[in-house]
Amino acid sequence: MNNNGGSDRAIIADWVGEGSSVLDLGCGDGVLLLTLARDKSVRAQGIEISDEAVHSCVAAGLSVFQQDIDTGLAEYADKSFDFVILNQTFQQVKKPDYVLREALRVGKKVIVGFPNFCYFADRVQIFLRGKVPVTASLPYQWFDTPNLHFLSIADFMEYCQKREIKIEQTRFFAKNRRVRFLPNLRGEVGLFLLSK
Amino acid sequence: MEEKKPTGNVVETKSFTFANLPVQLTLEMGEKLGPVTLAYETYGELNTDKSNAVLVLHALSGDAHAAGLDKRGVTGWWNSLIGPGKGLDTNKYFVVCSNVLGGCKGSTGPASTSPSTGKPFGTDFPLVTIGDMVLAQKYLIDHLGIDKLLSVVGGSMGGMQALQWMASYPDRICSAVPISTTLKHSPQQIAFNEVGRQAVMADPAWKGGNYYGNCIPGRGLAVARMIGHVTYMSEASMAEKFGRRTRENKEPFKFSADFEVEGYLRYRGDSFVRRFDANSYLYITKALDLFNILNGHQIGDVFRGLKAKVLVLSFKSDWLYPSYQSQEIVKACKLSGVDASYCELTSDYGHDAFLLETEQERQLIGSFLKTVANSNCNGGYSH
Repeated sequence: MNNNGGSDRAIIADWVGEGSSVLDLGCGDGVLLLTLARDKSVRAQGIEISDEAVHSCVAAGLSVFQQDIDTGLAEYADKSFDFVILNQTFQQVKKPDYVLREALRVGKKVIVGFPNFCYFADRVQIFLRGKVPVTASLPYQWFDTPNLHFLSIADFMEYCQKREIKIEQTRFFAKNRRVRFLPNLRGEVGLFLLSK
Repeated sequence: MEEKKPTGNVVETKSFTFANLPVQLTLEMGEKLGPVTLAYETYGELNTDKSNAVLVLHALSGDAHAAGLDKRGVTGWWNSLIGPGKGLDTNKYFVVCSNVLGGCKGSTGPASTSPSTGKPFGTDFPLVTIGDMVLAQKYLIDHLGIDKLLSVVGGSMGGMQALQWMASYPDRICSAVPISTTLKHSPQQIAFNEVGRQAVMADPAWKGGNYYGNCIPGRGLAVARMIGHVTYMSEASMAEKFGRRTRENKEPFKFSADFEVEGYLRYRGDSFVRRFDANSYLYITKALDLFNILNGHQIGDVFRGLKAKVLVLSFKSDWLYPSYQSQEIVKACKLSGVDASYCELTSDYGHDAFLLETEQERQLIGSFLKTVANSNCNGGYSH
């Protein structure tokens, strides 16, 4: 969950090509897929683990599979989707490295979106208050959070370089506004369009 | 099934006979059978463009009486799902359920009279498959003037029939809901059925299947049903239902039914004998064991080209048809490019859950069918 008011959906809809096939890993109640189906006529498919979210997707007429993405995507052939999306899911899976590798195998392109742990408001809370940050993009208390990994925009870019993952496009924003300079400090959320 | 005094409309079981001599039905194993009768019931009204029909498919011991009260006051086996305002809403949909070929509740089976001998078929009845059951259903759907079913819905053996519709008649369905089922029977599933069949055939009253008019092989069939019931429950549901509670009125015999679970199994076994034909049990369990929808196909090809939407459901505590088997169905759909969804529902009821844990199931099937109906698959039917 993040409070960027749907900016991420608009950017993802911008990146995703008209009529393409999309697999959304951790699709939640399917809002993003429904947006893409409506605006870009995509062939949408979602994977989600929560009961209620899966039921919402079925009621919305989406194709959804109740499944744990940490177990991989073995039943999908290589490059069987134009886009695989990991929006606000990447920091919540147990094995992000493995899940992203699988996403890059199955998708021609992969879109990853996550909250930047080194956003200045987070840094302020850590340095001044000496506490794990609780902010709009990281709204959870340490003892009750779905986020298992805390990474920054800089961490992720370094990781992509090491794994030889090509970053085709990036977009950073904070409070619904685009951030162009010093994204690792000023960006609350990062979105990446990747390929391998 | 509880018995109540019929109030309001009593559901009537109808029958349809086809493949009259000399035009017989050619079965999957090559044998011929005819004439063939199917007993069926319908609930709700078929709309004018005949686009709101849902075929409900029953499991091993089911019959055509899926909903409402029959003339004896017996409630249908899936009454919790089918009816006005329910998941299969009879205010919107025309629901059809027929007794399977090989059954003993009004459809042609081993207890029926053979036209060539004038006596019950017994074990002269040809082996029937899930494919044959579905072929017979297709004749019924043709007879009812329905070109394309809005959905085919069933659990366990009913789910196999739904898969068979997907593979054999993809253009005749807008959607399918296979529940708690499998692409093919596993060795464990075959093993349990074989023990059941051996129990029937070991009963001296079975007499090679020619017991009609004499004493029925009731002991053997009851034991088969007891084994069945063990596999339909989960350890948790048995612990919850019976614990280690003992029965009152124990008989003065060392091996009397001391525990409630024993009494329950004996009761289920004995009541089954009164309503089911032992030979039908042999034929239908054999059809289950022979079922393999892949039948030489690659898993990614079996549903290729299917335009229908598919909703696959499984239940967490079902160890007879475990979730991994439903996930194999899902895999086949994904690899075939079928528009599918999969939900694993929470329940402690084991395999029985698809009949008992109907609240979530009802909501899911209801909302799924609504999206199918609104998708205009069937010539513009909407509500």
